Amino acid sequence: MDKKKFPSLHIKMDDFIPATEAEKEYMVQMRPSSTFFQDGVKRLLKNKVATVCFFIIVIIALMSIFLPMFWPYAYDAQLGIQPGKPVDPSYNNLAPFEYGATEQKLIEAGESVFPHIFGTDSAGRDYFIRVIYGARVSLAVGFFASIIVLVIGMAVGSIAGYCGGKVDLIIMRIVDIIYSLPDMLMIILLATVLKEALSPVLEGTVLEKLGTNMISLFIVFGLLYWVSMARLIRGQILSLREQEYVLAARATGARGKWVITKHLIPNCISVIIISTALQIPSAIFTESYLSFLGLGVNAPMPSLGSLASDALNGINSYPYRLVFPAIVISLIVLSLNLFGDGLRDAFDPKLNN
Amino acid sequence: MNSKTLMYILKRILLAILTVWVVITVTFFVTRIIPGGPFLSEKAVSPAVTAALEAKYGMDKPVFDQYITYLKDILHLDFGPSLTQRGRDVSDVITDGLAVSAKLGVIAAASAAVVGIVLGSIAALRRNKIIDKIIMVITTAFVSMPSFIMGSLLLTLFAVKLAILPANGTTTSGLILPVVTLALYPAAYITRLTRSSMLDVLGQDYIRTARAKGVAGYRIIFGHALKNSLIPVLTYLGPMLAYIVTGSLVVEKIFAVPGIGRDFVNSITNRDYPLVMGTTIVLATLIVVMNLITDILYKVVDPRINLE
Repeated sequence: MDKKKFPSLHIKMDDFIPATEAEKEYMVQMRPSSTFFQDGVKRLLKNKVATVCFFIIVIIALMSIFLPMFWPYAYDAQLGIQPGKPVDPSYNNLAPFEYGATEQKLIEAGESVFPHIFGTDSAGRDYFIRVIYGARVSLAVGFFASIIVLVIGMAVGSIAGYCGGKVDLIIMRIVDIIYSLPDMLMIILLATVLKEALSPVLEGTVLEKLGTNMISLFIVFGLLYWVSMARLIRGQILSLREQEYVLAARATGARGKWVITKHLIPNCISVIIISTALQIPSAIFTESYLSFLGLGVNAPMPSLGSLASDALNGINSYPYRLVFPAIVISLIVLSLNLFGDGLRDAFDPKLNN
Repeated sequence: MNSKTLMYILKRILLAILTVWVVITVTFFVTRIIPGGPFLSEKAVSPAVTAALEAKYGMDKPVFDQYITYLKDILHLDFGPSLTQRGRDVSDVITDGLAVSAKLGVIAAASAAVVGIVLGSIAALRRNKIIDKIIMVITTAFVSMPSFIMGSLLLTLFAVKLAILPANGTTTSGLILPVVTLALYPAAYITRLTRSSMLDVLGQDYIRTARAKGVAGYRIIFGHALKNSLIPVLTYLGPMLAYIVTGSLVVEKIFAVPGIGRDFVNSITNRDYPLVMGTTIVLATLIVVMNLITDILYKVVDPRINLE
């Protein structure tokens, strides 16, 4: 063992002596290594603007979900109309913290009446709960529209990217055409027509309650808005599919569907989440825009856009009715945009240019 | 211009033509979905009138024949008569409205570009100073505010509360509020775009070289930095037009401007389908052509840009 020849097959026994305590100390892991997700969250929390925006969104979302449950007034209840009594017009067009005639009597009698924080609208409905409910509708539309866009865009984009060749060529030409369509005009046209065409089809089904406008809005999103998502995912997949692990998976006999769902999609998940997050405010924007044109949600359901649109009629006397939904919608869109930017910076440094 | 560029331009023109064709085809088939056909309106039309209209427009013929006639009509800019504005053709309504809207849109676009480029340059040159921060905060707020909210708020403030500007957009001074409403978002966007591209350009080697040579500060900015940082702004021309077109729909509704946008919005609520179709086709073609010009211009101005 003394004489060491270079290609020696002898095992050096010294290497197998148990480690001393000092050496063991050196090897102890001080803290568990952080995962990709933990790293991202840490970076996100360092970004103060994004964190504040996240809390604003969470607060608005929670309020819009839970407040209508125990608020004493319903969003579509006309307070001046009681069964068996003549319509009481004193409830219409109340200013903030004013009360209707019967409520006034109750207060004089010493009872407490829940205040109308934002007043009431021209039909005597509590405006605060309508704004809150409108925020709920707007958020829900934004969320579900983004999910629709995500699902369609992901399916088409990953198929185009993975298959390549003729499939890719045909899909991408279709994407090019839809992409160059003026989206807003097409949305207005389709929403106008679908509104008419869908109402007989939907009659009596569960979907009727949702309203034809809402359904046509989702259809339009599904038809037009998936293209940028599909482009993005195709680009990601095109670069990922040349990686060695895809080759290895293929060599061991994995099929296309397996490779896409188990290898390719998980590896571009951060890009997907970020662009979905940024899709939500643009969907809310579109919905409020359509509502403003009278193509959004069906009455009496409010959305922030339709509330603003209704408020325009009485703008001389009741300007605050425009200001409340305007502030809420701007706050939602602004926070979602800034949070999305923060997400992008935290989870995908590559995208940040 | 090499052959590759020419090929690109040719391809791009083909795509534009294809897009316009898709728009026309979609509008045609979409009107077939409406129950009762395009002649159904709120006011009850007698069966004789409907039959006469159907005969006039060949609605009794097979769908394919109708489609061909429809295409021919559109190539002759004939969109048929308006259903609500009796006695007027859709093309007349569009021509009248377009004149007003074009004035509004061009003024808005020009002022947005000037304001955006100036503010963006100031922000970039005073990076991280207080003025840069103020500009960025304001533009972030404007970018997140839908145009109809902005328009309504301006209307409340200047026309109702202060009463210094007319709320009605029919007069010349009445165009101030609609123009401001339309221009705010693009101006904010161009400001951000100019700022980031100017910062990018200011970090380039040729700026340092110019500075090392002893070129005066204002000549560096106007001779080197500004020109090069405007290239990304150029790409925004097409999207800006699309924004102004869709924005003008609501802005003209809010301020009662007698433009094409108001006609379009009214035609939606009045179910005047020929007018909806005609306006959609005209505005869509406008946007597609503008995007085409932007793309080609971009390529011509900066030959470094790689086309796929």
